[in-house]
Amino acid sequence: MPDSIIEVRNLTKRFGTVTAVDGISFSVARGSTVALLGGNGAGKTTTISMLLGLLLPSEGEVKVLGCDMQRHRRGALSRLNFSSPYVDLPHRLTVAENLKVYGMLYGLADLAGRIEALAADLHLRDLLQRPVGRLSAGQKTRVALAKALLNRPEVLLLDEPTASLDPDTADWVRSYLETYRRANGAAILLASHNMGEVERLCDQVLMMRRGRIVDRGTPGELLTRFGRQNLEEVFLDIARERRMPATPYPHAAPTSTTEESIECASSPIRCGASSQ
Amino acid sequence: MCELSNSLRRIFAMMLRHYFVLRGSWPRLIELAYWPTMQMVIWGFMTKFLATNSSWVAQAFGVLLAGVLLWDTLFRGQIGFALSFLEEMWARNLGNLFVSPLRPYEHLISMMVMSMIRTLIGVLPAAFLAILFYHYSIFSLGLPLVAFFFNLMMLSWGVGMVVIALILRFGLGAENAAWFVIFLIAPVSAVYYPVEVLPTWLQYVSWSLPSTYVFEGMRSILFTGQFSTSLFFGALGLNVAYLAVGAAIYFYAFHRARERGALLQVGE
Repeated sequence: MPDSIIEVRNLTKRFGTVTAVDGISFSVARGSTVALLGGNGAGKTTTISMLLGLLLPSEGEVKVLGCDMQRHRRGALSRLNFSSPYVDLPHRLTVAENLKVYGMLYGLADLAGRIEALAADLHLRDLLQRPVGRLSAGQKTRVALAKALLNRPEVLLLDEPTASLDPDTADWVRSYLETYRRANGAAILLASHNMGEVERLCDQVLMMRRGRIVDRGTPGELLTRFGRQNLEEVFLDIARERRMPATPYPHAAPTSTTEESIECASSPIRCGASSQ
Repeated sequence: MCELSNSLRRIFAMMLRHYFVLRGSWPRLIELAYWPTMQMVIWGFMTKFLATNSSWVAQAFGVLLAGVLLWDTLFRGQIGFALSFLEEMWARNLGNLFVSPLRPYEHLISMMVMSMIRTLIGVLPAAFLAILFYHYSIFSLGLPLVAFFFNLMMLSWGVGMVVIALILRFGLGAENAAWFVIFLIAPVSAVYYPVEVLPTWLQYVSWSLPSTYVFEGMRSILFTGQFSTSLFFGALGLNVAYLAVGAAIYFYAFHRARERGALLQVGE
């Protein structure tokens, strides 16, 4: 795909005997939003860490903005950004100080103007002079988002972007992300447990389980394939291995899931209630 | 040229980050100066006592005070270097930093500069108080003091890199290493006594440390008024080697941390 901004080929990560990510491949096009879905331990955060170059793969290749993130990630770093519940900003620094430091690290030309614009956009003006450590969880999430948007990234990787936000603020953040993507042609890859968020924001969904992509498609395609009303039901079907898609995704990696599903379909008695 | 200015800007950004922390925390600033001052006061009284009871100290009144102030330079330099790194780990900020365009060597340089600033904040008040309390000025060492200072700072950075490599490898469980590792070399650095005091086999160990050359050089000035260039270059040569080894260990630990995913997981 010539317009791919993220390309992942046969990506694998092993920690000792545990395979956290198992040979996944996908690409993300410029201007699209893709979700990584899966239960806890499915490999989403590990995948995002490898995309960022914070974690080296055991096998496979990650290219972001044309740069090999294992060896030559320098060219991509100023054009991407991320937020994750696994990282924080220094608690003793105020919001403004944090944004100033990161703005300088990213080499922003009009730093004061950019901070002012983001503070206005993300409703942070009243928080700028407060230490990050004294903010509520929701306020911290907005500040982390401001840091992630500081350099107007072409690639935005978001791990649980609306965690800890109240429904109103979360809805507002989603709208903001949609607007940002449209205005900047950015690609967004997000890991989320909020299925409503995924249905609303994402063009493509990658369903992960035990380190593998077990299904993928648009939210509409997945709903049709699984014969469900919403993505939460599809998620549960996959997470609990209780139902196979009516029409399996042809390019999904061969996994025990599909094998078991086929087995369940061919022998519903042996699979019992799990194949309801 | 452009890349150099970008690099300098990122180093300055990291220094600004630590300046913001120090500016907002008076207790930290006071703590930086507290221990060197206490050391100086204790050793100052010891010096006054020994000056009348020991011909060795009487020959060079400041030998113990100069030793304590230079040793604190080394200790504060190493701990200041490690603290800059620990601050990022405590804040769970390493992931953010290493996804930004900041390069690991720029991070190291910023920590070196910060360690120098922290050391000066800690040691200078003690040095001035020594003039006030005991009429002894370490600045009377003259220009060689600058050479001693930079040599000790270089050693503190080399040791500091090994310390943060340990912390990267073993996590915050190893953070106490930042406080105790440097004391491993204290007995054999000839801080308060000449190298000849040590057993012969330990003298070989002692001469393999840049700090020994600095403290012997210090005594050379105090007792004979001579600046020993051979001791200076001995310290400098060893420091270059120690820095190279420290940097190699740090970059290896950093690479291993990327393999293990430690950059995203470390924190309190």
